Amino acid sequence: MDLKLATIDLGLIAPEIIIAAVAMLILLLGNVVRRRTILAYFGLFGLVAALLTALPRWGNPASGFYGMVQADNFAIFFKIIFIIAAGLTILMARRYLISHEIESPEFYALLLFSAVGMMVMAATSDLVVIFLGLEIMSVPLYVMAAFARHDVSSNEAGIKYFIMGAFASGILIYGIALVYGATGTTDLRRILADWGFFEMHSQLFLYSGAILVLIGFGFKVAAVPFHMWVPDVYQGAPTPVTAFFSVAPKAAGFAALLRIFTYGFADMSQLWAILWILAVLTMTVGNILAIFQDNIKRMLAYSSIAHAGYILVALTAGGDGAVSSAAYYLLAYTFFNLGAFAVITLIDTRNSSTAQIDEMQGLSGRHPFLAAVLALFMFALAGFPPTAGFMGKFYIFSEAIKNGYIGLAIIGVMNSFVSVYYYLRVVVVSFFARPNKEFEAVSYTPAIFIVLVITAAGTLILGILPGYWLSLARAGIFQFL
Amino acid sequence: MVPMPYYLIVGAVLFVIGIAGVILSRNLIIMFMSIELMLNAANLTIITFSRFLNLMDGHVFVFLIMAVAAAEAAVGLAIIIMLFRNRETIDADKFNLLKW
Amino acid sequence: MELIIFYLAAVVAVGGGLMMIMQRNPVASVLYLIVTLVAIAVMFVQLNAVFVGALLIIVYAGAILVLFLFVIMLLNLRGEKFAEKRTRLDRPTRIILAVAFILELLAMFKQVAFPGRMDELMVQASPDFGGARPVAELLYTKYLFPFELTSILLLVAIVGAVVMARRDEKDKKRGI
Repeated sequence: MDLKLATIDLGLIAPEIIIAAVAMLILLLGNVVRRRTILAYFGLFGLVAALLTALPRWGNPASGFYGMVQADNFAIFFKIIFIIAAGLTILMARRYLISHEIESPEFYALLLFSAVGMMVMAATSDLVVIFLGLEIMSVPLYVMAAFARHDVSSNEAGIKYFIMGAFASGILIYGIALVYGATGTTDLRRILADWGFFEMHSQLFLYSGAILVLIGFGFKVAAVPFHMWVPDVYQGAPTPVTAFFSVAPKAAGFAALLRIFTYGFADMSQLWAILWILAVLTMTVGNILAIFQDNIKRMLAYSSIAHAGYILVALTAGGDGAVSSAAYYLLAYTFFNLGAFAVITLIDTRNSSTAQIDEMQGLSGRHPFLAAVLALFMFALAGFPPTAGFMGKFYIFSEAIKNGYIGLAIIGVMNSFVSVYYYLRVVVVSFFARPNKEFEAVSYTPAIFIVLVITAAGTLILGILPGYWLSLARAGIFQFL
Repeated sequence: MVPMPYYLIVGAVLFVIGIAGVILSRNLIIMFMSIELMLNAANLTIITFSRFLNLMDGHVFVFLIMAVAAAEAAVGLAIIIMLFRNRETIDADKFNLLKW
Repeated sequence: MELIIFYLAAVVAVGGGLMMIMQRNPVASVLYLIVTLVAIAVMFVQLNAVFVGALLIIVYAGAILVLFLFVIMLLNLRGEKFAEKRTRLDRPTRIILAVAFILELLAMFKQVAFPGRMDELMVQASPDFGGARPVAELLYTKYLFPFELTSILLLVAIVGAVVMARRDEKDKKRGI
């Protein structure tokens, strides 16, 4: 029997292998090494090593494993986002986990495995591999949401996230099944190549399949009307986990969505109307509901829904420019949203904390630096210049206008104005509100200080000198082989 | 010979039953089993298309989906066990500490 | 003959599914889901998918659903626990909803997917279509990468399950 085995090019998946291996080692060493710090920094080391193996691939895209792996610039760009998000989360999580008595080596291992799933999702053009990557990403996240096992609201967050996530996976796989039935393949490159040869009944299956895939990812990236789980999960999960939730799975979901909808299903013109409605709903509902929140984690949950809406604008606009603007925005968003959550994590390290916005009263008097960076991140989220938030929104909306979606761009800009209100409220409370009682001091650790400096620097550098980063994002569009 | 769309209809009906189960049921375990039903509806659809297209790829997908279902079952049931230890109930409506 | 078997399997599958979501007692629910799965496996075999059909019964019905049963038994969940259950929608509404869903789907498929020519396109399957060997060949060549990914997925699931379900000091103190 002649079985032609796959040509195995491990170099293509080296970052994934390194991170997975480090995660397994952390699990193994967890019982031997008593000092958890070493494990956390070992995880960071793995992420850095993965980054170093991923970077040399920039500019020479390759494909392997029968096309199941696409190591192009787009994949590398998103891998960098995931590595940054995972690394910063490890740095900021440790303090919180210790103070809540839930630290264990498994936390770091699960975080790294989740990052592996995201990398797989971003670096493939096959729907089945995207689905598997999504599961490898999600399963650790379900556990991490419920990681504070004795805290009932964390339990609730875990079970809600699990039920909604598994439900979304079910819808997604049924959609993939219909696409497979219509086209006979799950490879996006072949779907694009064979476009127009599909028969009428195939078209029906293809469209319903595409819509189901969109719904499945809609749950994952928190698009309205599939967002009901978001505020609960964000509020209930341990704060550093929420920080990770708000950036990395969203970036991974959009990486997959961008591949699928601006590449594989690029000729599916009728879908753009649906995407248009989805983008408008997501922005508007997210921003309006955020106004009424008193809990800062819940407020940032609605804000993350609104930001998903802005990126959906880029997805709707389509084309290379819009893809790179979405990639740029996701990178910028990783910095300033993680930064905002780092501040909240630090404040939330006190066990008395309830994470209400009013709790920020007196922050500027007690911790001027903390209040200043929090203000910077809020300005970035609201989209003020000279932060990265402004440049990101500017690029997305100008791409939308360039592609003729002027109405969408106007709605987006109006939404940004609405969002200024609730972001500034946090700044006003932390700087100007007369505190009822003295702000209870929090103690920095060097790790969290580093996180704050990195995220603040990222927010400013991407905002003041966007040219270089945007050219990276421009070079980071798909190069399918 | 059974016409192809018959199988697809059974798959679609099972899928809808699964969705209805997740939305309507209040028992977490039944919600979870409805999700399993959705996965199997997808499996049936994939196998049908696979036969129709005369391609074996679909059989591999079903194999992979079973692995996914097993992984989800393990984690989901563990979360449910933990939840039950802390709360003594698996009624979805009782989980109202956070607004649903 | 084949059609009769199909109708039987289809009715059992759909009926089992409906019964599953309408049960109060999770144990009965699991059993109905197993019935549904067996019916689906029958359809798999009709579609020449012998190998995955066997897998469906052995792995799915045999292992995954037994896990469900096991957990239900472990938690000692019986019907009584749900006796005071109010339905979120009363029963007639549910049934109407379900019937409407199904009719809608039937209408959709009848209108577009039934031009009668789909079954003409059904080609004769090659003799080893659906056997273990072609599945294995695909798994180790074209689908090697996803196949390896499932190993990571299962590892993650094991770790996650252990993290969630283990009893630590606090649990022992509370005596659970």
